[in-house]
Amino acid sequence: MTTAEDAAHAGLIKVGGRPPLREYVTEVWRRRVFIYSMARFKIESENQQNSLGMLWVVLKPLMNALVYGMIFGLLLGSKSRPEHFIEFLIIGVFVFEFFAQSWTSGGKSITNNAALVQSLAFPRMVLPLAGVTQRFLQFLPTVGIMLVFLVISGGFGAVDLQWLLIVPIFALFYVFNCGLALVTARLSVHWRDLNNFLPFLTRFVFYTTGIFFSVEKRFGPTPTDPDGHQLLLRLLDFQPVHEFLSLARFALLQGPDYSVDGRYWLYATLWSAGLFVFGLWFFWRAEERYGRVD
Amino acid sequence: MSTEPSNRRPAVIVDDVHVKYKVFATGKRPSDADRKVLSVRGRGKQMRTVHALRGVSFTAYENDSIGVIGTNGSGKSTLMRAIVGLTSTSSGSIYAQSRPSLLGVGAALLRDLSGERNIILGGLAMGLTMREIEESYDDIVSFAGLEKFIDLPMRAYSSGMTARLKFAIASTRTHEILIVDEALAVGDRTFRKRSEARIREIRDNAGTVFLVSHSMQSIKDTCSRVIWLDQGTLVMDGEPDEVIAAYQEAQDK
Repeated sequence: MTTAEDAAHAGLIKVGGRPPLREYVTEVWRRRVFIYSMARFKIESENQQNSLGMLWVVLKPLMNALVYGMIFGLLLGSKSRPEHFIEFLIIGVFVFEFFAQSWTSGGKSITNNAALVQSLAFPRMVLPLAGVTQRFLQFLPTVGIMLVFLVISGGFGAVDLQWLLIVPIFALFYVFNCGLALVTARLSVHWRDLNNFLPFLTRFVFYTTGIFFSVEKRFGPTPTDPDGHQLLLRLLDFQPVHEFLSLARFALLQGPDYSVDGRYWLYATLWSAGLFVFGLWFFWRAEERYGRVD
Repeated sequence: MSTEPSNRRPAVIVDDVHVKYKVFATGKRPSDADRKVLSVRGRGKQMRTVHALRGVSFTAYENDSIGVIGTNGSGKSTLMRAIVGLTSTSSGSIYAQSRPSLLGVGAALLRDLSGERNIILGGLAMGLTMREIEESYDDIVSFAGLEKFIDLPMRAYSSGMTARLKFAIASTRTHEILIVDEALAVGDRTFRKRSEARIREIRDNAGTVFLVSHSMQSIKDTCSRVIWLDQGTLVMDGEPDEVIAAYQEAQDK
C-alpha cells in the first residue's frame, strides 16, 4: 500500500486540500452565529474608543448627508437634478455607503485577520461574510434615519405601502455585497495591491453611478441633443449599483422621475444570485491558500 | 524509528516532505551557487531558494505528544506550518485527521476586541456552540489567569497574557490536533506548569499535540516522543530521554 492509501484507510485527509463545496458550505452555515457575533462585536469595538460611543452609528450617516447635501445641494448646481433632490441625494448616499463599506471590509477581511486565520482552523468564508454583515447591521439604523427624514420632508402623506419594498431590495443588496466581498477577498489574497485600489474603485463607482445626479436626466434626450446617450443609458441598465439605487428610490419616492423599469427587479435578482453563487465557488477554490505566507 | 504499534490510529502522516522557499535576496551575495537572476523584474533583485525541509517522514498517532527540537533554523516551525497547511510543500504530502490549530508566538486573535469576545469568537470559529462556550467560559478565563483583564481589548495584553489566552481557547477541544510553537515560552512558571498538565490531558483524550520548545525540561515533562530536526532533515525520532541526550551531546560538541 502507498502512503496515500494508508492515509485514506485511516480516515485522514490531505493537508492543503479542501472539503467538497457542499460540505464546506454546510460548515459555513453551522458558523452563522460566528458571523453575526463577529459583526456585532466589531461594531462595538469600533465605537468603544470614542466618547460618543454607539451614537456614532447614527451620527456618521447624518454627517455624511450633511456634507453631501451642502456640496451638491448648495454649492454645485446642476441641470441633471430630479425633483425632491435632497431626498434623492440622501437615499443615494446612504445606500452607496453600505455598498462601499461592505466592499472594503469584506474585501480586506482575510488580509486583515491574518492572526486569526493562521491560528485557528475554520472555514475562512465566514470572515468576508462577517464583514458584510457588520456593514449591513450598521446600515439598518441609517435606513431608520432615512425614513424619518422622508416623513419630515414630505409629511405623513409620503408614507405608503410601497415603502415595504425596501425589505426585499436591501436583502438582495446584502446578498449582492456578500458575493462581491467573496470575490474581492480572494483576489486581494493573490494580489495584495488590490487593497490599495479599493478606495479608488469605490470612488469611481460613486461618481459614475447616479448618487448626486440623475442618470436619466444627464444622459437622456435634451433639446440640444434629442437622442441623448442611448448606449450609455443601456449600459447603466446593467450596472448593479444603479439598479439597486433606482429600485430603492422607486420604493421610497413618488413622482414621474422615480418610476422604474420592471426589468430592474429581474436584473438585480440575477446579479445578486449570480455573483453570490460565483463568489461561493470562487472563494472556496482557494480555501487552502488563505493565511499562507509563501 | 520509534515504536509503532499498528493498533493505534494515526493522526498525522508526514510523507517525504520537502519545502523550498523562494526569497528575494537583497544585500550581499552569500554564494553564487543557489541564486538565479530574475530578468523580468529588472536587475539587482535576485531569487534565492532556501531548502527548509529536505525529506521529512513520520507518523503521529492519537495519544501522542511529540516534542520537536533542533537549533534555530533547523526547520521546526516550517514543519509545523506545513502540517497546518500554511506553507505548501514542494514535494511529498501530509495527511491529517482534522485541520490542526497552530499556536505560535505573536499577534492576538482579534486585537481590538476584549478577551471575553475573543473567547466567544474563537470558540464559535472552532465550531463550538454558544452553549458549549458558556459552559467552558469560566474554565478558559481561570486557566488563562485573566479574571481581572478579560474585559480589556487584547491589544492591551502583554505577550504572555496573549499567549495564555490563545492557548486556553485553542485547547478547549481536547480531541483535536494542537500545535504549540514556542507559544508557552513567554508564559510564566505557573502557567507553564498548568499548560503542561493540559497537554497531557489532551494526549489522554485521544488528541495529538506537537510541542516546539527549547526547554528540554518542558519536553521531558510533557512529551511521549521527541523528533530532532537539523538543517531540514530528521535526525532522530524516539524516546524523549534518548533523543534529548543525543541532541545535547551534539550541541555541546
